[in-house]
Amino acid sequence: MKLITAIIKPGKFDEVKSALRAAGVKGMTVSEVSGVGRQGGHVEVYRGAEYPIDLISKVKIEILAENRDVDSVINTIVKVASTGSIGDGKVWATPVDSVVRVRTGEKGEAAI
Amino acid sequence: MDEVVLSAGDTAWVLASSALVLLMTPGLAFFYGGMVRAKSALNMMMMSIITIGVVSILWVIYGFKIAFGYEADSPWYGSLSTSGLGDAVSELANNGGVYPIPLLAFAAFQLMFAIITPALISGAIADRAKFFSWAIFVALWVTVVYFPVAHWVFAFGNKVGDTVTGAGYLASLGVQDFAGGTAVHINAGAAGLALAIVLGKRIGWQKSPMRPHSLPLVLLGASLLWFGWFGFNAGSALGASGIAALAFVNTQVATAGAVIGWITTERLRDGHPTTLGAASGAVAGLVAITPACAFVAPWAAAVIGLVAGIGCALAVGLKYKLGYDDSLDVVGVHLVGGIIGSLAIGFFGTSKILGLDGLFYGGGTELLGKQSIGVALVMGYSFVVTLIIGFLIEQTIGFRVKSESELTGVDQAEHAESAYELAGVLKGGR
Repeated sequence: MKLITAIIKPGKFDEVKSALRAAGVKGMTVSEVSGVGRQGGHVEVYRGAEYPIDLISKVKIEILAENRDVDSVINTIVKVASTGSIGDGKVWATPVDSVVRVRTGEKGEAAI
Repeated sequence: MDEVVLSAGDTAWVLASSALVLLMTPGLAFFYGGMVRAKSALNMMMMSIITIGVVSILWVIYGFKIAFGYEADSPWYGSLSTSGLGDAVSELANNGGVYPIPLLAFAAFQLMFAIITPALISGAIADRAKFFSWAIFVALWVTVVYFPVAHWVFAFGNKVGDTVTGAGYLASLGVQDFAGGTAVHINAGAAGLALAIVLGKRIGWQKSPMRPHSLPLVLLGASLLWFGWFGFNAGSALGASGIAALAFVNTQVATAGAVIGWITTERLRDGHPTTLGAASGAVAGLVAITPACAFVAPWAAAVIGLVAGIGCALAVGLKYKLGYDDSLDVVGVHLVGGIIGSLAIGFFGTSKILGLDGLFYGGGTELLGKQSIGVALVMGYSFVVTLIIGFLIEQTIGFRVKSESELTGVDQAEHAESAYELAGVLKGGR
């Protein structure tokens, strides 16, 4: 089992979610996050005083997937979330030791 | 002498204006509240709301008499006695002559000015003042600064026959201030500078971003101020008259001019016209036209507004150069705008309306000179006395919150409340 984590542009979220649902992904956890990468920030001006805003809003999607599905899920996200410009985000997968479904107590792949 | 009979129209307008001016203080609470960070929004608003409480009570006890009494026959204060407004139900207002409105309507109208003036100061010490100390400050400040200064500027004395007793110093001198450029705005602006010095800079000032947390609130507040200001300026005619209508029109065009002046300055200097700039410009224009609104022609009001919009947009940057944390620009908007408006009378005042000509109408520099005296006296007195009151409070009960409270936010530390449920963890759900 793997935990797939994707950081994407907020404007791409709806498209990515639809594509994942169409590809058979049943569950995901989504959070609004902010971060800094190569994109750099922007500057806001209030009464003439400049405030550099270096943290940029992004959406984080977390998906638990069986090993055989990991590549296709990642490919779906990358294909749909890409705009080709800097700041499109990142996707990575990490191994998961155990998963339990709270309602039934099912473990492992049955709990995904 | 013919007996003056109460005018229903004048009385109705002054009472309605009083309610309009009261609304400006909650409006100011929104204007200021939106401009601070979310963690101190409630404290910022409460600093305005408590002035309504404190000043209203003091006004009926003794404030009205210090400002508008005449018994002491002094140019510096009215009289030190109880206000006695309960005995005045059938009296007419007499301020340099009898007005056909109840004394109580006049007292109610002037009370609203006494409320908003200290509330304006609070913007200079955002995010870091102890609430109780602020309430004490307001009580002391109106007693020794606002009430006397209102007497200097607004009290034309009790006139019986040809005898006038107890007129204020600046009023007798012929300094023109229709609705409070000196008594309200220069007064509050100079006091704001003094308090910003007493309390010092906020932790992280100029290092960490201190962005306004809600510009829509700022715009809502500015709109309420604009609306209420028609009562402030046109109501100062103390009657439903042509002068009131002139003040009304001038208030509108000056504010419009200042909005354009401020955001044009931003467009040229920073590249973008901003919402905060439009709201700030409106207030700067309202401030600047306040003293002049009944003394100048509408075209001049537009020019005054434009100059104030540009001037204040440039002046708000001064604090970074001079190193004082006047957090919400009480100095840059109210002191500078008040000075621009008060001096503008010396240029644009016209004998068609005022009975005196300013510099641009060939009246020479006499009027400008008098206006300068008014500006300097009120600014100097307010600054020095506020410094003293501020230091007294700081040395005794303390004026600034602990740095820990400042970092957590004064809303939690001082009021045990939060303006917003930001985390969402406890908001419920299935």
